[in-house]
Formats: sequence, structure tokens, C-alpha cells
Amino acid sequence: MAQTQTREVGLHTVTATVNGKRYSREVEPRQLLVYFIREQLGLTGTHVGCDTSQCGACTILLDGIAVKSCTILAVQADGADIKTIEGYAEANGKLHPIQQAFWEEHGLQCGFCTPGMVIAIDQLLQDNPTPTEADVRRGLDGNLCRCTGYQNIVKSALSAGRKLRGEEPFEKPDVAMSEPAVAGVR
Amino acid sequence: MFPAKFAYAAPTSLQEAVGLLEDPDAKILAGGHSLLPLMKLRLAQPKLLVDIGRIPGLSYIRSEDGQLAIGAMTTYREIQFSQEVARVAPVLVEAVHEVGDPQVRAKGTLAGALAHADPAGDLPAVVLALGGTARAVGPNGERDLDFDSFFVDMLTTTLQEREIIREVRLRVQPPGSGAAYQKFDQPASHYALTGVCAVVTLTGGTIGSARIGVTGVGPKAYRPTAVEQALVGKPAEEEAVKAAVQTVADGIDVQGDIHASPEYRAHLARVLTRRAVLQAAQRARG
Repeated sequence: MAQTQTREVGLHTVTATVNGKRYSREVEPRQLLVYFIREQLGLTGTHVGCDTSQCGACTILLDGIAVKSCTILAVQADGADIKTIEGYAEANGKLHPIQQAFWEEHGLQCGFCTPGMVIAIDQLLQDNPTPTEADVRRGLDGNLCRCTGYQNIVKSALSAGRKLRGEEPFEKPDVAMSEPAVAGVR
Repeated sequence: MFPAKFAYAAPTSLQEAVGLLEDPDAKILAGGHSLLPLMKLRLAQPKLLVDIGRIPGLSYIRSEDGQLAIGAMTTYREIQFSQEVARVAPVLVEAVHEVGDPQVRAKGTLAGALAHADPAGDLPAVVLALGGTARAVGPNGERDLDFDSFFVDMLTTTLQEREIIREVRLRVQPPGSGAAYQKFDQPASHYALTGVCAVVTLTGGTIGSARIGVTGVGPKAYRPTAVEQALVGKPAEEEAVKAAVQTVADGIDVQGDIHASPEYRAHLARVLTRRAVLQAAQRARG
């Protein structure tokens, strides 16, 4: 009978481009996109916070739009173009302007929410390149931070906007850099 | 959290999707932002998910014959940024802005929200106030379900088991009318403790007609028709409107929970109905 056939919980092949690289993996239908990214692709910059589509730590760009990858099935992303936090800094380690703004404005403390914040801000600035502080707060509605009290995250978003509009240099001259702003250096 | 095991099908036509829904334990997956959280909590355990996201041509917004037609896979985000919706039904943009957060709006769909019929969802109030139909396709073809009778109970609509909303059809805001959505939300979830949408036309200085949708108060969104009638002929002024909206929660099984008692929700319904009607009238004046 057709019903038993359609109900077979077989594996599905998901092929997606993540940060410019093509990946193909076998997944169960119930595999969530965030675990596909973290556990099957090994890209652990995308975090699982609340796992209930509230905190935004799992935010990624799916076909160019910021979404919460804990509430999307991996099979839904078959054929998609995905960007995760690992796709933001340049290959030589130069930070993305949003990341640079976080560095300069002390926009992170523990850093757990930061990947999602950066990507939500990327979307926010694409939608509205000249946001007010209220626009930023409203636009970060879907991202929770438990350290900063948001003040410096909002400052980072506004600074990133200025950097992307060319109103502020990539490196703020008044910021004393104790360490080079290079991603992935420990 | 993982959902219980299920099979996944991605049909490429609505007919194929309707065929797959023959399985009584099948569920339709659109944006997934109501269904997947329920599945992760195992409150829903469908055996088969029918993903309509791979069916071409279900994502669109167009005006035709005085109606706004919105495809099944059209997301809140697409509605929010649509110039056409802003032109003919700006109250829908206003209300969509209130749903979830930006990321949720990027995946969630209007049609999905209506089919889900969450008693605290924002959009049921808006479609009741604007008026319109859900165009559904099922094994016996296509039919239009009037929103006036669409919401039956909590999470229950007049959709039959194997029917899929193919398109949401809304009346555009009539010329000379104004509309507003007023909401008092639960601050963590942003679901409506109470939400009220009003569409008001003015005749001279008085209210010519009013259509009101109320959500978050009872087990389903509803139109307080006695209030709508009481408003006709009244001046669009604070005291007159306040008096006319007092019965907005009468006869409703007003819900109570840890966030708001039934008395408080009924109070919010009266206050927000007054505000929505007055704001809509203000906008009608232009």
C-alpha cells in the first residue's frame, strides 16, 4: 500500500553550499539544520541556546535571509546557500566590519550569543543601512544575551552600520588594540 | 530536542500533496515555525510531513478584483516588505510586524498561521477585521472558506483533514476607511495577551461601519458583532466609542493563565478595542 511506502523513515541526502563550500550528507528527516551544521559539517560557531526558536544563538543566513536553524529541518535546506559565522571573517583572518565593531565596542562578554547577534545585525543592516538605536533594539528582538545588558551590542550594531556606510574607519583610531584583531588565533 | 521519527515527502504539486495527505497521520509543513516547536516538544507526532515548500508558485502577493491574494508559502517577511500590501492593506503590515521576531518572520507564513489557528496569534484578528477567504484545495477540488466562520475552536478551523490553504484572499481596505491593530503582548513570547484589529469607515463625522477582530481573549479569534453594530452612527470620539465597546468580551469563554486572568483579558479587550477603533477612525480621516 502506498501509505507504508511514503511513511518509510529513510535517510535523505542534503546538499547545501555553506560559506561557499558544497557539502553533501545523509540525514534523518528529523535532523535539525543546526545539528546538520554543527555535528555533520563540524561548523560549531552556530550555537544551540534555547532550542525553542527564542534566543537566536543558532541564527544563520539561509539563501541570504537570517533564520533560526534550530527550527528548520536539514531536509528543508537541501539545495540552499547557507552562511554561518565561519563565513564572516576573510580567509586571512581579517574580521568582518560587524565583528570588528563588536571587538572595538566590547559587544561581547561570554560570546555565546555573538554569532547569532552578528548575523542578525547583518540582516538588520541589509534591510535598513541607517538604523536608529530604536531600530537596532527592535531588530535584535529575536536574539537574547545574558551577559551584556545589550548596551554594547547596540553600540556595536550602530558602529558596524557606520563602518559599512564608510562614515567610520574599519579600525577606530582611538581603540588601543592589545591584540591583533584576527579570527581563529588562540 | 528532537521530534519523534517521521517520514518526509516533498511533493512538487498541490495535487501530489493532497494525495499524500491520505495518510491520517500526515501533517503539512510550510514555514514550520508553529509545527516544528510542537514536534520538538512531542506535542505533535505526525508520521509523515508533507513539505509544501518545494511546490513552485506558492509564494506571491497580488491585488486582483478588490482583493489581496497571498500565496500559501508567502512569509511574514515578504508581507512586511511588500509595497503592494502597504498600499492596499497597510494594517496587515502593521500586524505582521508584531509577529515573533525578524528571524521567525523570515520563515513563518500567513496561511500556515491561519491554518494553525493559535488562539493568541495576531493574524486571525486581522483577517476577521478585513474579511476574506482561505482558498483551499483538497481531494474534491477547490473551495473558499469564509474567515467569518473559519475559526471553530482552539487550533481548529473549517479546513478538512486533507485540505491545504493554497491562497489567502483578503478584502482590501475600502476607500475612506482606516484600520489599526492594537496589541498587548506577553513580553517574552510576543504572543497576544489580547490583540484587536478594527477597520472603520466614516460617514460625515460618525462611524459608518466597523469590522473588528479580537484575538488572545477566547479559545478562538472572533468578531464582536454586537459592538460592530453599536458603533454605527456613533461619533468617532473617546466617550461614545468607549461606551459602545463595553460588551466586546461578553458571551466569550475568556481564557486565563499565569500571564493574565480572564478579568484582565476582558479589560484589555475593552481598552484595546476602543484604541483600535479610535486609531482606525483617525486614519480614516486621513
